[in-house]
Amino acid sequence: MTETAAPRSTDAPESPQGPKVADEAKRPRPTTPPKKSGIHRQGPSFLMAVPAVALFGLFALVPLFGVIAISFLDWQTVRGTVEWVGTSNWETVLSDRSFTWRALELTVYFVVGSYLFQMPTALLLGVFMAGAQKYRALLSVLYFLPLLFSSVAVGLTFQSLFSPNYGISAALSWLPLPNDWLSNPNLVMFVMVFVVGWCFIPFHALLYQAGVRQIPQTMYEAATLDGAGRVRQFFSITLPQLRYTFITSSTLMLVGSLTYFDLIYVLTGGSPANAVRILPLDMYIEGFSSHNLGNASVIAVILVAIGLALSLLLNVLSGSTKMQSDKAGA
Amino acid sequence: MTHTASTEAKMPDAGQGLNPAEPEGGAQGTKAFGPKGRGTKPARPYESPNVLGGILGWVWLGIIILPIYFIVITSFRSRQDLAANNQLVPTAEPTLQNFVRVIENDFFHFFLNSVIVTISTVAVVLAVSVMAAYYITRSTSWGGGRLFQMILLGIAIPVQATIIPVYYLIQYLGLYDTLWALILPQIAFAIPLSVLIIVNFVRDIPNELFESMRVDGAGEWKILTSLVLPMSKPALMTVGIYQALQVWNGFLFPLVLTQSRDVRVLPLSLWEYQGQFGVDTPATLAAVVLSALPLLAAYIVGRRYIVAGLTAGFSK
Repeated sequence: MTETAAPRSTDAPESPQGPKVADEAKRPRPTTPPKKSGIHRQGPSFLMAVPAVALFGLFALVPLFGVIAISFLDWQTVRGTVEWVGTSNWETVLSDRSFTWRALELTVYFVVGSYLFQMPTALLLGVFMAGAQKYRALLSVLYFLPLLFSSVAVGLTFQSLFSPNYGISAALSWLPLPNDWLSNPNLVMFVMVFVVGWCFIPFHALLYQAGVRQIPQTMYEAATLDGAGRVRQFFSITLPQLRYTFITSSTLMLVGSLTYFDLIYVLTGGSPANAVRILPLDMYIEGFSSHNLGNASVIAVILVAIGLALSLLLNVLSGSTKMQSDKAGA
Repeated sequence: MTHTASTEAKMPDAGQGLNPAEPEGGAQGTKAFGPKGRGTKPARPYESPNVLGGILGWVWLGIIILPIYFIVITSFRSRQDLAANNQLVPTAEPTLQNFVRVIENDFFHFFLNSVIVTISTVAVVLAVSVMAAYYITRSTSWGGGRLFQMILLGIAIPVQATIIPVYYLIQYLGLYDTLWALILPQIAFAIPLSVLIIVNFVRDIPNELFESMRVDGAGEWKILTSLVLPMSKPALMTVGIYQALQVWNGFLFPLVLTQSRDVRVLPLSLWEYQGQFGVDTPATLAAVVLSALPLLAAYIVGRRYIVAGLTAGFSK
């Protein structure tokens, strides 16, 4: 994500695409003397950032370190005792609980499955929506609708729709549809990936649509003159030009998939046979239903580690692709 | 080369076969919808119909609409009707009883709680994020860059992962089961992404504007309110709308940090309605429909601003 803004400052003079930045760099700056030192600095004071830092620190950073600490404690909420137990929670979670590795495995399935469903669909829909026909504008209006529902609302809706007695299977009984959408352990993971996609694809499609609209039309005109067809233009112009949108959207999708707790909790509660008990849900059940806060915190720390690793990975990947595609685009 | 030629030759044919009306619609659309004054051009560079996109587009419409259609028609049914008739056909005897039942069960009270929490959270997020973004982009000291890096890492912290300490912190501060318990942590978790989006905008404000304001003797607050705020308006809209949706629809914080009916917000109320109404599916779905109506109204009124606002900052 850091890279999103970087190229503006680094490669400005070479880039013919950035006249604004290039102007800025060349224009003389007569009035202000160069950076003063010490107290007389020109920038705003740190006081400006204090409210954000304080709120973020107290309610996000402190809990982040707190969760690491609690993972080494035996915290009995009912008796009110706190005891340092070293790595014993970690040992329990990683070796004694058969759930943890299963939950980790399911999380990987869920994140990968969600990404493979959401990314191509959102990309294609976004490109489609960016086209000119009027009916596409109407479709775009309707595509937005899922964003207006809370995850609980979506959960309750699909719970009814997938109900064996009152749902789609009952209404279309002449079709060979399964009627155990949510109670079949082999099916429920696919159902969850689909429902989560239903909720989030519209948002990502919107991002891609906005990204496509920013691509200069002259690129397509030139490509058309060169005899490139639609498919060729898609791969040679649209995709490379969408790289920042792609990174933003992928980061939000992947880190988001790690935290899709609400829907899964509402729709299944982890059952049947814990077939969708992914890490966030496992953590919630262990912490707030079974009152094993130490164990739950271990799971939470694992979640944080995965989240940070994913973001860093995306940053590194996007950093390397950025340099290449900047040259190609210029 | 051969590949390109063959796709070109195939595309128009295939498209016309599937949807003969499309090219004509395309020409019309260009006039009405073409980006930034390009309407005078005869056609967009490629006007061969996007067949794959078109098919996906209509299929997706069906996928989007079916569940929404289902909850709407079901919310007008009676329980008996749901069991007796085809569930996908609208009922012959629509009833408003389900909605009455939901409204009589304090719906508007929960609605008001949601409004209070959402407005307070978003207002504070916007204020503190724009100040922090101003500091980060314009600070000449070492702290700005460091702060930005720290905040960027914050994006990767899954909210769920910190809910246990947040729960204790809120209890320790004596805020458990109050609206504050929902507002304060949600502000904190909204800050990283908001700052990132706003920084991307503030960074683009030309240096000269800041310098000329300084020369004119403007202080920090003056610069913030009369330069940074107006220039970062698209980013503020993005942040405001995105975070408002997040907070309005958020479920985990209310579930863990509140308990009593007095401070219940809409998503949690749906959850409670489900328990309360039990097997009365139409009543539960009426609550779902009612809970989506306020946002639907907002979307109908401000669609342009909402969509533009949502995308302006993210596509930077």
